[in-house]
Amino acid sequence: MTTTAGVSPSQTTTGGDSGAFLRTVWNSYILRKLFRTFITIFVVTTIIFFLIRLLPGNPIEIYVNQLVVTYGIPYHEALDQAAALFAIDLNQPIGLQYLSYLQNMVKGNLGMSVLSPGTSVTEVIVRFLPWTLFSVGMGLLISFVIGITLGVMMAYRRDSLLDHVLTVFSSIMSSVPDFLVGLMLVVWLGVQWKVLPIAAMRGAYSSGMQPGLNFAFIQDAFFHAALPVSTYVLTSVGFWMLSMKSNTISALGEDYVTVAKARGLKESRITSAYVGRNAMLPMFTILTIRIGFVVGGSLLVEQIFEYAGIGRMLGQAIGQRDYTLMQGIFLIITFSVITANFFADILYGWLDPRIKVGAQE
Amino acid sequence: MTAQSVSNNPLRRIVSSIGTSLRLLTYNRVGFIGFLAVVAVVLLSYVGPVFIPLDTKTKIDLIYHTPSMEHILGTDHQGRDIWSQIVNGGKGVIYVAFLAALISTIIAVTFGTLSAFVGGWLDNLIMSLTDIILTIPQFPLLAVLAAFVSLNSLTFLGVLMGLLNWPALLRAIRSQALSLKQRDFIEAARALDLGTWHIVFREMVPNMMPYIIVSFTLGMTSAVYQQAGLVFLGLVPISGGNWSVMIQLAWVRGAIFSKDSVWYIMAPILAIAIFQLALITMTRSLELIFNPRLRSNE
Repeated sequence: MTTTAGVSPSQTTTGGDSGAFLRTVWNSYILRKLFRTFITIFVVTTIIFFLIRLLPGNPIEIYVNQLVVTYGIPYHEALDQAAALFAIDLNQPIGLQYLSYLQNMVKGNLGMSVLSPGTSVTEVIVRFLPWTLFSVGMGLLISFVIGITLGVMMAYRRDSLLDHVLTVFSSIMSSVPDFLVGLMLVVWLGVQWKVLPIAAMRGAYSSGMQPGLNFAFIQDAFFHAALPVSTYVLTSVGFWMLSMKSNTISALGEDYVTVAKARGLKESRITSAYVGRNAMLPMFTILTIRIGFVVGGSLLVEQIFEYAGIGRMLGQAIGQRDYTLMQGIFLIITFSVITANFFADILYGWLDPRIKVGAQE
Repeated sequence: MTAQSVSNNPLRRIVSSIGTSLRLLTYNRVGFIGFLAVVAVVLLSYVGPVFIPLDTKTKIDLIYHTPSMEHILGTDHQGRDIWSQIVNGGKGVIYVAFLAALISTIIAVTFGTLSAFVGGWLDNLIMSLTDIILTIPQFPLLAVLAAFVSLNSLTFLGVLMGLLNWPALLRAIRSQALSLKQRDFIEAARALDLGTWHIVFREMVPNMMPYIIVSFTLGMTSAVYQQAGLVFLGLVPISGGNWSVMIQLAWVRGAIFSKDSVWYIMAPILAIAIFQLALITMTRSLELIFNPRLRSNE
C-alpha cells in the first residue's frame, strides 16, 4: 500500500525497465482484475476435470465400462469414443490429458452430448445461453433501477407510510426463495385465478416464430420472458431497496453532506452528487455477488416456467447425468458470471477512483 | 479467584456476550417477533412430532380436502393430513441449515479474523481464494456436485453446503475484524504481546459474537434455499417428511396445476417462507444494533 505510493511518482527505482514494467502491470487495476478472472476460470476448469476424470467411479470410467459390457465394444475403441465425447485424449498420461483438455477448452471444443448423439455442447450453449442472458440481465437491470430509486426515497422519507410498506414488502420478498415465488406465480396467477395463460408462456418464444429483429418477435420474446423476469425482479428488488436505503442513510450522516448543506447547495444537487453517488458505490460490489446468485436461481426459475434457457438445460443435463453437457454448461455459466463480475469491477473502479490506486481497504 | 481470571474465562465471556445480544434483541419489536417465530418453528419441528405423528395412511375418500376441524390444513393427493406433514417436515430442513451454517461460520470466523489481524501475504492469500470461490455461482456448483456424489444423507448435504458457503461470510467478518483491529484494546493486547491466537480468539472473536450470530442466521437462510432447490431438482434422494420434499412431490406429480391442491402446495412453501422471513427479521434487528445511525431513528 504505502510502498507503491512512495515509488510511483518517479522512475528512480533501480529495478530497470522490466521491473518498472512489471510494477506498472501489477499496479494496473484492470490487469490485476483480469489476472484474477483467469485464475478463477482456471480453478473451475480444474475442478471439473478432476470430477470427470480423476474421481473414483467418474463418468468417463462408467461410460467406457458401459460400452465394453453392454455393447461388447473392444476396450480401446470404447476409450476412443469416450475421448471424442469428452474432448479429452485418454491415451496420453494424465498430465498431458489435462493440458489437451485445457487446450480444447480454449478452442471452444467442449465435447459432445452423451445422451443426444451428434449434438455438440457448444451448439446447445449457443442456442440456449442468449435467452438466459436476456432474462437474467433484464431482471437485474429492472430490479436495480427500481430498487435504487425506491431505496433513496425510503431513506429520505424515513418512518413515512411509504417506508414502512416498502420495508415490509422487501423483507418478505427477499426472504422467500426465488423459485418458490415463481411457483406461487404459477399457482395463483396461472391456476387459481387464471389471469395468465401459463401454458402459452412456456419456452423462450412461440413455436412458429422466426427469430429476427422484427417487432412481432421482440414482443413475443418479452411475453415469454415476462414471468421469469418478474420473478427475478420481485425477489431482487427488496434487496436493492434495503441496501440502498441503509447506504443513503449512512451517506446522509457524512460530514461532507453537512458541509454541502452549509454551503447552501441546492437540495437536488446534494441528493444526486453528494448523497446518491456515494451511496451507489457499495451497490456495485453487491452487484458482483448478486449476479452469481440470480444466475444460480435461473437454474430453478427456468425449470418452473419451462423457459428455454441455459439454466433449464443444466437442470435437465444434471437430472439425466449428461456429464459432458453438464460440465460445458456449468463452465459457461461460471464464465458468464466471472465476466460480468469483471465488468462490474471495472465499472466500480471507474466510478470510484479511490480503489484504482491500489490501496485495498 | 481474582477478577482478572473471571474476565479471562472465554466461556463466560461468550455467554455474557450472547446475553447482551438477547437483551438488545428485545429493543426492536419486529426483530424480536422474528426471534420468537424462529423459536416457535424450531419447537414445532422438534417437539411437535411427539404429539402429532406423521399421517401415512392413504384415505381415498379424503383426497385434496379443504381445511376442516379434523385436518386444519386439508389433505394431500393420498388423503393424508397436511398439517402433520408440516410438523414432521421441519426437522430435516432446520438440521441441515444449522449444520451448514455452523461449518461455514466456523471457517469464516477463523480465517476472516486471522486474515484481518495478520494481514500481509496471508491476508492476500485468503482473500484471493475467497474471491475466486465467491465468483463461482454457488447453486449451480452444488447441483453439479450433486450429480457426481450421491447426497443421500442429510449430514453429508449439510457438510457439503457448509464447505461451500463461507466466502461471503468471510468477507463480512473480515471487514468487521479490520475495524475492530484499530480499537485501543486490541492495540493494548498487541503491545502486551499476547500472541495471535489469544488476540484473535479471546479478544476479537468474543467482541464480534453478535455479528457472528448475524452471519450465522444469514448462512442458515442460504442453506435453506440451497437444500430446497437441490431437492426440487430431484438431486437429493430423501424420502419421508420434509418441506422441500413436499414441494418437489407436488411439482413432479403436477399437483400445482390442479385447482384443488392449493393447500398442499402452499403449506410447505409458506413453512419455508415463514422460517426464512423469521430468520431474516431476526437478523435485521441484529443489524440495527450494530449501526447506531439506524438505531437513533427508531
